[in-house]
Amino acid sequence: MHSKGSILIVDDELIVRDSLSKWFQEEGYDVGTAEGGRQALTVLAERDWDIALVDIKMPDMDGIELQRRLSEVKPDLTIIIMTGYASVETAVAALKSGAYDYVVKPFDPEEMAHTVRNALAHKRAERENLALKERVAEASFPPELIGQSAAMRAVFDAIETVGPTEATVLITGESGTGKELVARAIHAASPRRYNRLVVAHCGALAETLLESELFGHEKGAFTGAQYRKKGIFEAADGGTVFLDEIGDISLKTQTDLLRVLQEREITRVGSNQPIHVDFRCVAATNKDLEALVEQGSFRPDLYYRLNVFRIDLPPLRRRREDIPLLVDHFVRKFASSMNKPIQGVSRAAINMLMQYDWPGNIRELENAVERAMVMARTGELQEKDFTLRIPHNGRSGMTLEEVERAHILEVVEQCRNNQTLAAQVLGIDRVTLHNKLKKYGWKRPTDEAL
Amino acid sequence: MNRIDLLAIGETDPVMMESLRAALEAEFGVRCQILEASLDPAPSFHPERGQYSSTDILDRMQKQFGSGVDRLLGVTALDLYVPILTFVFGEAQLNGTCAVVSTHRLRQEFYGLPADAGLLEVRLLKEAVHELGHTLGLTHCEDYRCAMAASHEVEAIDLKGRSLCHECRARALALMTRKPAVKR
Repeated sequence: MHSKGSILIVDDELIVRDSLSKWFQEEGYDVGTAEGGRQALTVLAERDWDIALVDIKMPDMDGIELQRRLSEVKPDLTIIIMTGYASVETAVAALKSGAYDYVVKPFDPEEMAHTVRNALAHKRAERENLALKERVAEASFPPELIGQSAAMRAVFDAIETVGPTEATVLITGESGTGKELVARAIHAASPRRYNRLVVAHCGALAETLLESELFGHEKGAFTGAQYRKKGIFEAADGGTVFLDEIGDISLKTQTDLLRVLQEREITRVGSNQPIHVDFRCVAATNKDLEALVEQGSFRPDLYYRLNVFRIDLPPLRRRREDIPLLVDHFVRKFASSMNKPIQGVSRAAINMLMQYDWPGNIRELENAVERAMVMARTGELQEKDFTLRIPHNGRSGMTLEEVERAHILEVVEQCRNNQTLAAQVLGIDRVTLHNKLKKYGWKRPTDEAL
Repeated sequence: MNRIDLLAIGETDPVMMESLRAALEAEFGVRCQILEASLDPAPSFHPERGQYSSTDILDRMQKQFGSGVDRLLGVTALDLYVPILTFVFGEAQLNGTCAVVSTHRLRQEFYGLPADAGLLEVRLLKEAVHELGHTLGLTHCEDYRCAMAASHEVEAIDLKGRSLCHECRARALALMTRKPAVKR
């Protein structure tokens, strides 16, 4: 018979575990028991449970402590605290720290049934809400993918062409050109859009961690693998997998990846059971994969598998005409999030921004606009509000400390010695800035009012 | 399930027992008989709670009368409890042999209302069918009209029917041919 949900009963008293589990079994629930906090952690590592009914007083670990630990490792678990009359205050403390509800022993049968029914309904609604939000966001064309230049129009055409197909796509482009946004647009244009888009930042993880991220692992597969974990290919489940920085993965992982792309099967780390997976692959890189293939550090067969349909994203300096449009978008975005009434950018500032080469591409432009918004004193961003990395300071022969000192002092001066503002621009907290200024012997100019 | 034996736990009304016997026979289509012997409830009494442990009663029913019975239903006028709940209308060995039902909280007088023998008979039958359903391995049913619907309040008992729904009946028929699991 279909189970109504799963309940783990954690109580040191056998009679409580026995009578409650029998009662819930009759109600049609899938029931498990644990005689204390430690055993509960072990049982919960083996499989997922919807609800844990946790006694507040247990000899090895009290219910509140168990709840604290579980909220770290199993944030989705709904916890209901069971308490005697004497410890209602502690139960209230448990509620404050995130328990769904508490019940006082002995329970009125209808009250208990009602509490568990409500907890499950609440959990179901939360899950559905989250899944819908994610899917709606993933199913929409990313609004930040902006451009009217010929180069970007070609990118949009390519997305429109390849999106609805099952073809694997390789997106190339310099860092900060918006490769992930293009991957999201491809997903949104595909029939898979109502399923998940799962992103793996391949360059950010060590080989073993990446393996477990991609293919998942079984409990105990390696030190620290306390719980079974699904990899991104499994998690995508009918959706799209976006493999970012694909040029950074090791030859060993390339071999594993090639097998997944060919066989559509994965094997979790620590298991020998192949699992069928349903996904569409989009990969991206800022590296020259052909050159890597020639050097022997990238497998040619994987390269051909990935390079079925290729989209080259132009660097921002090759589509300067899109800069005003992008700036306008970022100004509106930050005006809203910073709650600052800034309408736009002066013509002189736009001219300056269009002449700059933007080595960090759109990401650098976005950061520059954000910094300028912090600095701005009027309703329009001016040239002086922008701090561009124009190579003018001749710092090439300086040590890192000297560069830091020069940059900090420059920013503080631009901020008219306002340390709070300067700390915001530098992206550090005010105390750190204060300590660094002290270290560099900075003195507040006495003749200048803030 | 081929036979149901009814066992009095303490003193019970013989008229009510006979009425239950006939109704159960009709409901399940198997022979139902009232045992001459009865079970002394005293050892299952909890003085602090002023109630009788249904789990303990089931254990003693199994030990004293369990051999040679197919399904054994204890009937009592006493108030029953399991340790973690304030009370129970009855308890059964899920997929087992024994079940017990109490008329204590089925009586209108318990709620300060005038006695109603007819209503008590109907409520008792519904609870008896419900607990016997558990001995067959049935769990609670989502259909509020089915005798296997969860009923933790007397109002819920009044709401549901005395019979199993179509789905539970089909499952019960399949399970009735199976022997009960041996308990304890």
